[in-house]
Amino acid sequence: MKRTRLLGPLVAVGIASLAIGCGTPGDDGDDAADEKPTTAAQTRPDVSKAGNVTLTVWDQEVRGGQAAQIKELNEQFQAKYPNVKIKRVAKSFEDLNTTLKLAVSGPKAPDVVQANQGLGVMGQLVKAKLLRPVDDYAKAFGWADRYPSLLLDLNRFEPGGTTFGSGDLYGLSQMGEIVGVFYNKKKVPQAPKTFAEFEAALEKAKQSGDVPIQFGNLDKWPGIHEYETVLAQTADKESVRDFVFQKGGASFDAPEFQAAAERLQEWADKGYFTKDFNGTGYDPAWQRFAKGRGHFLIAGTWLVADLADQMGDDVGFFVLPSDEGDPVALGGEGLPFTITAKSEHPDVAAAYIDFLTDENAASVLTQTNNLPAMKLDTPEPQGALLADVFAAWKALGEADGLLPYADYTTPTFGDDLGGAIQQMLAGKQTPEEFTSGVQEKVAASK
Amino acid sequence: MTQVAGRLGIARVPAALRRGGDRPPGEPGRVGYAYLLPAVLLVGAFTLAPLLHSVWLSFFEWDGITAGRWVGLANYGDLLSDRDQRVAFAHALVLVLFYSVLPVLIGLLLAGAVARTRVRGLTLFRVLIFLPQVVAMVVVAVMWRMIYDPNDGPLNATLRAVGLDGLAKSWLGDFGVALPAVGLIGTWVMYGLAMVLLTAGVQKIPRSLFDAARVDGAGPLREFFAVTLPALRGEVAVALTLTTISALRNFDLVYVTTKGGPGDATSVPAYQVYERAFSTGEVGAASAIGLTLAAIIFLLTFAITRLSERGAAR
Repeated sequence: MKRTRLLGPLVAVGIASLAIGCGTPGDDGDDAADEKPTTAAQTRPDVSKAGNVTLTVWDQEVRGGQAAQIKELNEQFQAKYPNVKIKRVAKSFEDLNTTLKLAVSGPKAPDVVQANQGLGVMGQLVKAKLLRPVDDYAKAFGWADRYPSLLLDLNRFEPGGTTFGSGDLYGLSQMGEIVGVFYNKKKVPQAPKTFAEFEAALEKAKQSGDVPIQFGNLDKWPGIHEYETVLAQTADKESVRDFVFQKGGASFDAPEFQAAAERLQEWADKGYFTKDFNGTGYDPAWQRFAKGRGHFLIAGTWLVADLADQMGDDVGFFVLPSDEGDPVALGGEGLPFTITAKSEHPDVAAAYIDFLTDENAASVLTQTNNLPAMKLDTPEPQGALLADVFAAWKALGEADGLLPYADYTTPTFGDDLGGAIQQMLAGKQTPEEFTSGVQEKVAASK
Repeated sequence: MTQVAGRLGIARVPAALRRGGDRPPGEPGRVGYAYLLPAVLLVGAFTLAPLLHSVWLSFFEWDGITAGRWVGLANYGDLLSDRDQRVAFAHALVLVLFYSVLPVLIGLLLAGAVARTRVRGLTLFRVLIFLPQVVAMVVVAVMWRMIYDPNDGPLNATLRAVGLDGLAKSWLGDFGVALPAVGLIGTWVMYGLAMVLLTAGVQKIPRSLFDAARVDGAGPLREFFAVTLPALRGEVAVALTLTTISALRNFDLVYVTTKGGPGDATSVPAYQVYERAFSTGEVGAASAIGLTLAAIIFLLTFAITRLSERGAAR
């Protein structure tokens, strides 16, 4: 009896709240989606005439040198334009990715945000028309001359937000990123010049009883970097790019993708990786390398500061050349700074983005031990390791040798591919099963 | 009542009293529900409304920003047809063994031991064993990641030091071992809770029952099954309920230790909910998984309560 009496009001509340929830989610009536972006800019906007402006910026430049450069550049920008106040909201990468969609679609959207490349974040924002294309500003400021073309393509999306790598430009990135090979100079006096030399060095390291490649794959994603580093050797760079940008139905289930898996399995069988790499964390693995254990480490330039700190001049960096002799490596750029569609000050925002990526910014980036993505002259970097990285970046830029991260392919691809690589490296899948299984996941997510 | 009213010179009896003749005096009328209102509003706004909203969302294919598409029950259909999701639910049930069954068994063992003898410094032991419960789960996970490290971790180092090299494993990286390895962390966290609940229960059993059992010549085993276990039925039910809920909801531990890997060997529903809702833009599917998980938790805890109540009635 008592229960049924209580049920009445409960049901009433339930129905009421269901009524609140009703309506197609995301379809909020006020259709920002159909609004055309503000009038196209024809000339370089003059910020000093923009009146008093508060620019809200969401970024994820929170670590060491990254934090130092953005702080410095923000101060310089505000000194140059006293009428502009920058309200900075700094978040960690993960934090930014998970909260950005809500912030940008909300009523008080920030003006400038760092939106992660690919379909997961940027694609959805483009699809919802929450970001403003910046091609007009690119022309006014001459941004096309500032970057290698792939680095601009990575920040391009077709209208609709489902295809990227071409279409409208949405933002600019400050920093370059390469996944290459770090080596311990005490054990490897000379960096290998070819892939064959590299494999010979691995065998020699194994014979000496040391770990040839320090590798921790517990976190699932690091395997993607080993895989694509080898893939750069077995596959033509255009075929990798076509697959990642999903051009013309390019498939993962292809011989060159199998060949890379085969080669990696062989390395795992021969013991070229850390023992039990699937159970070893990423951080413990590179920390061991930093302490002098292991000959090589396949990792990204985000470790440069830490490794240089601990190993001094005993560490070097190189990128493996392809058969034709041109360097080719997995890499890309940091998160691009983009302008939100709801921003009331797109001109100031564009000038801010220009300021973050101009020649002065390139110097500031170099001085704070970052690798500028722009092809602009910079002062000499400090230290031997950073010099190696700068040289590799320059060579890659000239040879157009960058391969995009495979995780861009579909929103779930990072997890899908990472998990599949763990299985393949553990010998649970043949290379054929690996590539066909991965392709199935790609097809399923469409 | 009328006498009192008459003496005070109030002629008229309140209307409500005359009408509601079947209600005993002092029983609240409809106005009583008004007192419930603040609580109902709070629960409604922060528990029921979001719950029902996610029921609504689960019928859509929605990326979190652009307009969603009505797909009816398709998200629930995927739960059955999608291997990834079935596997995740199976893992959650395996984790119940480690989070719930094992800790309660260990707790019972300890409680049985405590029941027979007076343990000196019991409070100290209780504090020590309960400690894992107090430490934040993320800290626990980071710590165990270090312990399980296959090359430098203390677990493998100890095994090798005592000559058990064969047992040293890639704990979180081996496809067969990863799930039990994660489960054992859960056991370590939960057994303290089970033990504290159960030993507290033991202390409330009248000593005369044990004395009587001993006079009747019951051994330790007999005593445990005849006296301790039946008396602890309520505590066992509470321990099982609490630990089952945390087993099924388990997210932080998996997120920090393995990210669901290797492959998908440790993927659990709560991790799938997070992935789908926050990184891959499948809010509808995430809602469907979350609601199904909630329903399973509800059914299991209901079953546990039912079983313990029926046992008590017998």
